[in-house]
Amino acid sequence: MTQHMTVPRIGAAAAWRDAARGLLSRGTPPEHVTWGDDAMARGLFDETPAPIQPSEIRVHRSFVSLANSVVWHNDPQRFSRLYHMLWRLQSQPLLIGDRGDPAMAKLRAMEKNVHRCQHKMKAFVRFREIGDPAAPRRSFAAWFEPTHHTVEPTARFFQRRFGDMDWRILTPDVSVFCEGGALRFDTDRPKPDLPDDAHEDLWVTYFRNIFNPARLKVQAMQSEMPKKYWKNMPEAESIPELISTAPARARAMAQAAPTLPPARMAQVQAMQRRNLSSWGGPISDLPAAVHTCTRCPLHATATQAVPGEGPTNADLVIVGEQPGDQEDLRGKPFVGPAGQVFDEVAKRAGLDRNTVYITNAVKHFKFVPRGKRRIHQRPNVSEIEHCAWWLDAELKLVSPRLVLAMGAVAAKALTGSEANISNRRGTVERGRLGSAVLITYHPSYILRLSDKAKREQTIADLQDDLRLAVQEARDPGNPKRPDN
Amino acid sequence: MAQLSLKSKLAILSDAAKYDASCASSGSSRRDSRDGKGLGSNEGSGICHAYAPDGRCISLLKILMTNFCIYDCSYCVNRVSSNVPRARFSVDEIVRLTIDFYRRNYIEGLFLSSGIIRSPDATMSDMVQIARKLRRQENFRGYIHLKTIPDAAPELIEEAGLLADRLSINVELPTDTSVTRFAPEKSPQQIRQAMANVRVLKDSAKDRSHTGKRPPRFAPAGQSTQMIIGADGSNDTMVLRQSTRLYASYRLKRVYYSAFSPIPDSSDKLPLISPPLLREHRLYQADWLLRFYGFALDEITSATPDGNLDLQIDPKLAWALQHRGLFPMDVNTADKDMLLRIPGFGVKTVNRILTTRRHRHLRYEDLLRMGALMKKARAFVTAGGWSPSKLTDSADLRARFAPPPEQLSLL
Repeated sequence: MTQHMTVPRIGAAAAWRDAARGLLSRGTPPEHVTWGDDAMARGLFDETPAPIQPSEIRVHRSFVSLANSVVWHNDPQRFSRLYHMLWRLQSQPLLIGDRGDPAMAKLRAMEKNVHRCQHKMKAFVRFREIGDPAAPRRSFAAWFEPTHHTVEPTARFFQRRFGDMDWRILTPDVSVFCEGGALRFDTDRPKPDLPDDAHEDLWVTYFRNIFNPARLKVQAMQSEMPKKYWKNMPEAESIPELISTAPARARAMAQAAPTLPPARMAQVQAMQRRNLSSWGGPISDLPAAVHTCTRCPLHATATQAVPGEGPTNADLVIVGEQPGDQEDLRGKPFVGPAGQVFDEVAKRAGLDRNTVYITNAVKHFKFVPRGKRRIHQRPNVSEIEHCAWWLDAELKLVSPRLVLAMGAVAAKALTGSEANISNRRGTVERGRLGSAVLITYHPSYILRLSDKAKREQTIADLQDDLRLAVQEARDPGNPKRPDN
Repeated sequence: MAQLSLKSKLAILSDAAKYDASCASSGSSRRDSRDGKGLGSNEGSGICHAYAPDGRCISLLKILMTNFCIYDCSYCVNRVSSNVPRARFSVDEIVRLTIDFYRRNYIEGLFLSSGIIRSPDATMSDMVQIARKLRRQENFRGYIHLKTIPDAAPELIEEAGLLADRLSINVELPTDTSVTRFAPEKSPQQIRQAMANVRVLKDSAKDRSHTGKRPPRFAPAGQSTQMIIGADGSNDTMVLRQSTRLYASYRLKRVYYSAFSPIPDSSDKLPLISPPLLREHRLYQADWLLRFYGFALDEITSATPDGNLDLQIDPKLAWALQHRGLFPMDVNTADKDMLLRIPGFGVKTVNRILTTRRHRHLRYEDLLRMGALMKKARAFVTAGGWSPSKLTDSADLRARFAPPPEQLSLL
């Protein structure tokens, strides 16, 4: 007498397991059972067995996962093949690891088919937006045609992935809806008319441009992305054209004559040379090398170059703008009026000038003569960048924990940014070469201020910054960096 | 200059990114967004969302932040001396594009690379900012691969490793001499230091603190690199020696071999060739033999006198043909190490043989069902019901596997 078992399309894994358990506990041999899903007609003489309380069945756990995949295969024989195997495993438990057994090999192959189909579903479903893009939970929908009954076992993957949006995948077989994080299944939904989605155009643009026409491997593409999936993938429409034009495109690339480099190349490379100081001698040679510098026109009018001064193992390097009148005459940094202001504020801030390395962003004095006086001129960007060659060499040799940039020119030379100093002072920025750079005013700014209150305030600010510099250089705890 | 539309920027900057072979999205930490507070998941195995007609998988949105570059590497489409159109994405454009593509199930995540603009630090800091926005602002839990810039500041690399799944730095060419010759601004030593730095950071992220707390994971999918094949004169032995050194020294997950491919507006220093795709394929096969099949470097490279792999047959078969004295091997008794050396047997097949032969004798048909490629393997094995007898030592054995000789074209 044959029994007929019907396994529903939704929830098939649990239903098959319960049915198989029941049959096995009654000792029903596989030849006495026919199986079908709810879409299949039953045999004329089949009877539905009364439900019974199944007893405990023991089987290797790898069979459980095998069965949980194979039930979703589209082979009408899947349920009965599984029950046959379950029956045999009761007497031959070692069969589970035997890939040479034909029935087992067949089931493993079916398992592989289902896994592949699930994998392709994860890969090739293409959503279109169906709701308001500005809504707190956006909603998307897709039409997909899987080979096997893989919607239900794959739905949880999409649930895990798209946690913060609503989505639905409609198929000719079982469809799935995810709203507010909960899954719902339904069968036999018609193919919907999904609205156009502007991002499809961008995606196709990406697909067309990421393809390299010089390496055409159509077979490799098609074995991984079979044609049966193409009709629901927006990018697939371009494939025939991409293939047919590829050889000509590759030929054109090979035949094109080399072109002249664009005009900006010279500019870019000059900039790069300025950025990278390749001066590699020992520090004792640096002053002599600075003295012979002719990288910019300033060397022609100044008396001499003024190299940095101080211990070469200092934790703190202080960078000013450029030598002034006095510095140019004496060949030492920070000895003129601004140097005196600096010394005074430094003393109050507890900074000992003999322990720091002190230098300028530009090593030559730039001025215009007016009568018997030389009027200071701010160095331009090109001069700053040329002289960065020396500044970078000094920083590399001293390798301080902190660099203090005094004034806009030093800040520009060290960080590359020309932004307003009063907004940046007191903060640590990252220098072009990665060092920590604390920004503050230049002492000569104080000399130019006529308003007494503002002058007092600026002196106080400079003093705070110098104190911070001493602290940070001693213990670079957690330098504040602006959050970009 | 007229403002480029998002679409034309995407066209330029994906075209510029396609010469990077890597598109892996596997092997990272498991995570999902079931809590409803974020977007994305990663389940260990990668997913290829599409395939281009070049046979390469499209798993990630692989783009350049900008193709402006101040370097002049001869093999590169984006070198400063090239006249290709240039574009630059803003940080927000990349973030939005990634999220919108991800929501439509087009991609597994982002693979971001960039030409060097202004300075290495400035470029790297923009890339880190994109990753930071994706993770912190958009709560993106998909895959991020960042191409790091060798001379960027260590703090930036460290932050990049905490945000991204994978970091990579390209060694570009198999020997230091070639790098200096074709990429004058790059320093091979600096590239190695950067890889060493990533390894050190990754190793130290494994140590628990004294309270037993685990530090945040650093680049959980590891680091990888890429070498261009066929642009310089290096032979396969040099290529493989370089990659074994890289695997051992910096614990790389992958070394990608990229056949030098024609680029638009090529440099006159590097004449274009048709890409050596077969050579690339053989190198990957050899790479696998070295890492998963217990082969030593000189076993593979000694097969031919010129130090290149045999293009007609795969490296395992080439080795077996040279060592016919060891064959045929009995699948019912041979060691695992030896089974792995049989042409046509993969790691999975060997494991299946080992499990099954514990309780029964294996026959020829069993091997077929276990996934062995018996067309290749049958000359080298004996099994129940099968002995190759004279086949193993036959003089024309190689000719059975090599492709048929081709008639040269008259014109």
